[in-house]
Amino acid sequence: MDDVIRLDGTGLHYGHGLPVLQDLNLVLPRGAFRWLVGPSGAGKTSLLRLLTLAVRPSAGRLSLLGVAIERAPRAALPALRRQIGAVYQDFRLLPHLSAFDNVALPLRLAGRPEGQLRADVGEMLRWVGLSGRADALPAELSGGEQQRVAIARAVIVRPALLLADEPTGNLDGAQADRLMQLLSELNRLGTTIIVATHNVGLVARHPARTLSLHDGRLMEGAA
Amino acid sequence: MVATLRPRRADDLGLRRALSGFMLPVLVGAMALLAALAGTGGLEAAGMAARWRTGGTRIVTVQVPDPAAPAGAVTRADSVASVLGPAARRLAEAELSDVLRPWLGDDSARLPMALPAVFTLPGDPPPGLDRRLDQAAPGTLVMQGVVWQARLGELAASLQDCAGAVLLVVACVAASIVALATGAGLSARRDAVEIVHGLGATDGMIAARFAGRIAVLAAGGAVAGTLLAIPVLIGLARLTVSFAPPAAPMLLPAGTWWLLAGLPPAAGLIGWLTAQATVRRWLARLP
Repeated sequence: MDDVIRLDGTGLHYGHGLPVLQDLNLVLPRGAFRWLVGPSGAGKTSLLRLLTLAVRPSAGRLSLLGVAIERAPRAALPALRRQIGAVYQDFRLLPHLSAFDNVALPLRLAGRPEGQLRADVGEMLRWVGLSGRADALPAELSGGEQQRVAIARAVIVRPALLLADEPTGNLDGAQADRLMQLLSELNRLGTTIIVATHNVGLVARHPARTLSLHDGRLMEGAA
Repeated sequence: MVATLRPRRADDLGLRRALSGFMLPVLVGAMALLAALAGTGGLEAAGMAARWRTGGTRIVTVQVPDPAAPAGAVTRADSVASVLGPAARRLAEAELSDVLRPWLGDDSARLPMALPAVFTLPGDPPPGLDRRLDQAAPGTLVMQGVVWQARLGELAASLQDCAGAVLLVVACVAASIVALATGAGLSARRDAVEIVHGLGATDGMIAARFAGRIAVLAAGGAVAGTLLAIPVLIGLARLTVSFAPPAAPMLLPAGTWWLLAGLPPAAGLIGWLTAQATVRRWLARLP
């Protein structure tokens, strides 16, 4: 049960196409931190889609937070998704909701009463430096601000597993380091984190073990 | 800061904008108008069929040729009247002239032949009436409307079935309209739906958002359609007043008001159920 992620011969292909992920084997315990690196097209985004339950594995076994995904009924997945935070390259914010409401969305889906969530969302927006932009729609925010909203939305529920795809791509150096402080704090509190990045400098400044993807195959490396 | 944020009632999927057009309420309103007309027609047909079948309008007509001729100590007409009893009513000469005017013109009273006496007796004929009338005044004719009333009853029943079929078709068309509108809403909010699905929203949560919005629009359209139907129905009721029972209400029967009151909730329910089914079927494609 302490294994947050367990991949056992896991593979993925879309439709009848060639496999994009092959024979993945990985065990990540609670509180692990990994950089996910690899060239473009290696399958990083597909692996993150697999781990955010956007797709189910085509082969092998996948266990997340103790739940065997290949056998889990569809109705069991929403509760699991609420324990997984994700930051996407394209942010995936709801364009008709304000920054506040985008960040509050996971709490509302979890059934948190309105009166209780406001303080948490306000605090989170303050932390990512957007307390003055709570009412702004995504279209009124810069790329960096949208990315910070996406990050705030991913971590507001203190997920057991956090997956981030190039989360610093639109942030300046100071903001990126501030984000890494937040991720470190979450990691220290027990959240398992995988961050996909091309940013070699960021990896160098925050050393951790790496997962390398090449041609759909995964290798785990040292820090 | 917080005070200026959106109200408590959430619209996470932006459905007020995605499903804001007039098309759905207008089309559902038109369906409600048709349903009101068909349903009221069905109710009226059911009432007529019941009245014709249960004898409420049955009359036996007795025709006595040569009514002034003697039949024992009295005339043939009086003899027949005594057999028929006090429930029978003899048509006055003026009434008889009115009935015969299409064939005999205005001068029926001056014809060189004696007009028959005509009696009407409400209800079905008592047993043995033919035999007793023949003894009292031979040649007397007894005419019953039973056959025609039965046929009219069947006609009314078939009209009732047609009204039921129309209601069914209207409900199916309304459901199809709702399914198309829901599909359009899903297409417009596909990304939003996938995002909230990825954040852990259940199928029930997402379907409930769509179904709630669609139900409000459908019920609103049905209210408008039903309100439009009321003056039409009152006008039709006045045109068909001769078919109505003697104690018919001034505007519309109570059953019709109940039918009209039930249309908006029914439209809302059809909208809610159809939207739920459409959204859940769409969501089933997601992992």
